[in-house]
Amino acid sequence: MPGLGRLGRFALGLVSLALGTAAQAQEKPVPPLVFTGIPDQDESRLVERFGKVATYLEGKLGVPVRYIPVKSYPAAVTAFTNGQVQLAWFGGFTGVQARRAVPGSQAIAQGAEDAAFKTYLIAHAGSGLEPTKDFPKAIAEKTFTFGARASTSGRLMPEYFIRQAFPGKNPDQVFARVGFSGDHSRTIQLVQSGAFAVGAVDYSVWDLDTKAGKVDPKAVSVIWESPTFPDYQWTVRGDVDLTYGAGFTEKLKGALVGVTDPAILEPFGRSKFIPVTNAAYEPLVEVGRSTGLLD
Amino acid sequence: MQLARPRPGYAAVSRWFLAAALAGLLVADLHVTTLHPWADLARLLDGLARPDFPSVEGWSVVYTVAFAVLGVGLGAGSGLLLAIPFARSRTIRLACAGLRAVHELFWALLLMQVFGLSATTGMLAIALPYAGICAKVYAEIIEEADLAAIRVLPVGTGTVSAFLYARLPEVAGRMRDYTLYRLECGLRSSLVLGFIGLPTMGFYLESAFRQGRYAEAGALLLVFYALIGTRRLWIRGWTVPLLLAAAPLALPPAIGNAAISASLARFLGHDIVPTPLRGAALAEPETWARLWSWLRPILTDQILPGTIQTLILAQIALAATALGALVLFPLTAKRFAGPLGRPLGRVLLVVVRSTPEYMLAYVCLQLLGPSMLPAILALALHNAGIVAYLMGRHADAIPYRADAPRGLNLYAYETVPRLYGQFLAYLLYRWELILRESAIFGILGVTTLGFYVDAAISELRLDVAVVLIAATALVTVAVDALSRGLRRSLRIDTLPTRLSGPAPVAG
Repeated sequence: MPGLGRLGRFALGLVSLALGTAAQAQEKPVPPLVFTGIPDQDESRLVERFGKVATYLEGKLGVPVRYIPVKSYPAAVTAFTNGQVQLAWFGGFTGVQARRAVPGSQAIAQGAEDAAFKTYLIAHAGSGLEPTKDFPKAIAEKTFTFGARASTSGRLMPEYFIRQAFPGKNPDQVFARVGFSGDHSRTIQLVQSGAFAVGAVDYSVWDLDTKAGKVDPKAVSVIWESPTFPDYQWTVRGDVDLTYGAGFTEKLKGALVGVTDPAILEPFGRSKFIPVTNAAYEPLVEVGRSTGLLD
Repeated sequence: MQLARPRPGYAAVSRWFLAAALAGLLVADLHVTTLHPWADLARLLDGLARPDFPSVEGWSVVYTVAFAVLGVGLGAGSGLLLAIPFARSRTIRLACAGLRAVHELFWALLLMQVFGLSATTGMLAIALPYAGICAKVYAEIIEEADLAAIRVLPVGTGTVSAFLYARLPEVAGRMRDYTLYRLECGLRSSLVLGFIGLPTMGFYLESAFRQGRYAEAGALLLVFYALIGTRRLWIRGWTVPLLLAAAPLALPPAIGNAAISASLARFLGHDIVPTPLRGAALAEPETWARLWSWLRPILTDQILPGTIQTLILAQIALAATALGALVLFPLTAKRFAGPLGRPLGRVLLVVVRSTPEYMLAYVCLQLLGPSMLPAILALALHNAGIVAYLMGRHADAIPYRADAPRGLNLYAYETVPRLYGQFLAYLLYRWELILRESAIFGILGVTTLGFYVDAAISELRLDVAVVLIAATALVTVAVDALSRGLRRSLRIDTLPTRLSGPAPVAG
C-alpha cells in the first residue's frame, strides 16, 4: 500500500526528527557551560549583567559559556533540575528549591550584600502609611502586592514577617487584596501608580531603580526595613567536575569571587562576590516550611 | 404512544445562559486595580500607530512559523492515524479527549520539566493537543462522508485499504481545509508559547509589554497580523511539503541540553507521583489515608474554588461573546454594512480574531490589573470576533424576499431569528474553548484553575500541578459533553460550527 508507506514515513520522519535533535545534541564533545538567572527585575538589566558575566567567565574558564534567558522563577529552577543549565544565579528560596531537587549541587558564591539581605515594605503616598521601626501593622486591610511567587525578598520573607505580625492569619486574610507582580521592578511600578497600596520589594532592586531614576519619591516610599536574611547566590550542579574536569567547581568559584570589574558588579547591585556554602541557607528552609511553601 | 418530554427551546436555553451569566456577575471580582488604565492604553495605541519595525527580532518570526508547522504537522499526522479507529475504540476517544482538554500552555509547562526550553518542548506542546483535536474532527469528517464507495468494496477488504481507497478520496478536500486552518491556530499557539520562555514572537512581545516598549510590541503585533492575514497566500496545499521540509532546518539552535532520559525518569517516577505515595508501601491502608489527607485540601482549597471561578468566568465571557457577536456581525454583512463598511468590518474582525486570547488577556491585565474584568474582555473580544465573522457570512447567504424590510427591522425580525439556531450552535461549540482559556488565564493572576497550577509549579509541587491539570481537563470534558447534549436536544448539532467549515450556501 503506497499510501500507508508515505503516511508512515511522514510520521516516522517527524518522530525521528524530534528524537534525533535531542540525541545528536547530547553527543557533542565539549558542551558549553550554560547558565541562567531568575528574572527578578527589568529584563534589559538582566541582559546587560548576564551578558557581561558570560564573557568574563568564558575568559577565565576556557570553556564556552552561554546565558539562556527564562521568563519565570520556576522556569529557572526547572532548567537547573533537568540539566539544561549547569550554573544559576538564584534567589535564596529558588536556590533552596533547586539544591533539594538536584542532589550534589552547591551554593558557591553570593554577593557580599546577600549574607544580610533585606526586604523593604513600600507604600503609595496616598495610603497614609508612615515609616516605622517595628512591623507596620497598619498595613492590614490595605491592598498588598508580593513580587514573584517564589521570590525570597518579595514573597517568602515578607509572608513570614506578616504571619508573625498577625498570628494565625495568612496574607489573604490580612489584606483586602493580594497580588503577585512577577518581579521587583514591577512591584515598585504597581505601588508607585497606586494600583496596590503596599508592596514587598528587594532592597537592592529598589536602590538600583532609584539610581536609574525610575522611582518617584513623591508617590512611593519605604515604610519598613525587615530584619536580615541570606539571599541570592550562584549555585552549580554537582556533575560539572565530571563534564569539565576535576577542580572545575573550585575554578568557577574562584572566578566568581575574583570579579573586581565594577562594570560587572554594578548591574548586580553588589560590591563583590564572596564564597558561601549550602549551610548558609538553612534558615530559609525553616522559613519555607513554616509558611507552607516547602514540604 | 409515548409523549416526548418537552425539550427546551432556543429562548429557554438563551435565558438560562444569560441568567447564569448575570448570577456570575454578582459574585465575580470586577475591580480595576490600576489607576491609570486609559493613560497606558493611550501609550499602547500610540505604539501601534508608530511601530518600531527594526526592533523586531527576525528569527523569532521564523521560529514561530517553524514551531507551528512542525507541531501541527506532527499533530495532524498522528490525528489522522488516530481518526481511523476513532469511531470504534472507546479508549482512543477517551485518550483524544484527554489530549485536547489540556491547554497547550499546560502541556508546555509539563514538557519543559523534561525537555527544557527546547524545540522539542515547543513542537510537542502544540502536537499533543492538536492530535486530539484533529483525530476528533477528522473522524467526524470521515463519518459524514458518502458511503457509496465503501459499499461496493469486496468482502474481506482490510481496514486500511478500505480507508485509503474508498474513504480518503471522499474526505481529503475537507481535511485539507481543516488542516490548513489548524495551521493558523498553530501560529497563535506558537506565539503564546513565547510567553513562558520559548523563543517565538511571544517571548519578545511579553518583554516589550512588561517593560512598556509599546512601539516594539506594536511592530511585533503588526508583523503577526500580516503573517496570519497572508496565510492563504503562503499556506496552500503545495507549499505545505516545502514548509514541512524547511521547518526543521529553521528551528532555534539548542542552548544547553536537558538530560532527557534522566529527567523523564525523575518526572514520571518521582515528581508527579503524589508525595504520600513516593516510596511508600502501597499495600498499607495508612498510605492511602495519607494520600487522602494530601488530596483533600487540594480538592477543597484549590480545585473547588478554582473550578467555580473558571465556570463563572467562562459563563460571563460566553454571554458577553453572544451580545458582542450580535452587535458586531452586521458590520460584516452586505445588507447592513453596505459595500464600503463591510470590508472595514471584516478587517476589524479578522484582527480581533487573529489576536490570541491569551495575549489579549495579558495586555488587558497589564492595563486593568488582575481581576476577572480583563479576562472577560479578552475572551469576549476574541470570540465575539470569530462568531460575528461567521454569522456575517451566514447573513449574506440568506435569500431575502425582494420586499424584505431594512435596517433594524430586518435585523430584529428576520436576520437574527433566521440565524438564531446557527448562532446558538456556534456559541455552544465555543463554550468548551472559552472554558479551556478561562482556566489558563489563571497563570496571569485571575483566580481560575490555572492560578493554582501556577502556584503549584512555583512551589515545585508537580504532583499537585498534575492533579490540578487533570481536574481542569475533566471540567473541560464535562462542559463539552453538556454542550453536545444541548446541541442535540436543540436539534442544532448538524449545523456547521467550525471556522474552517465550507462557506454557507445560499438557498
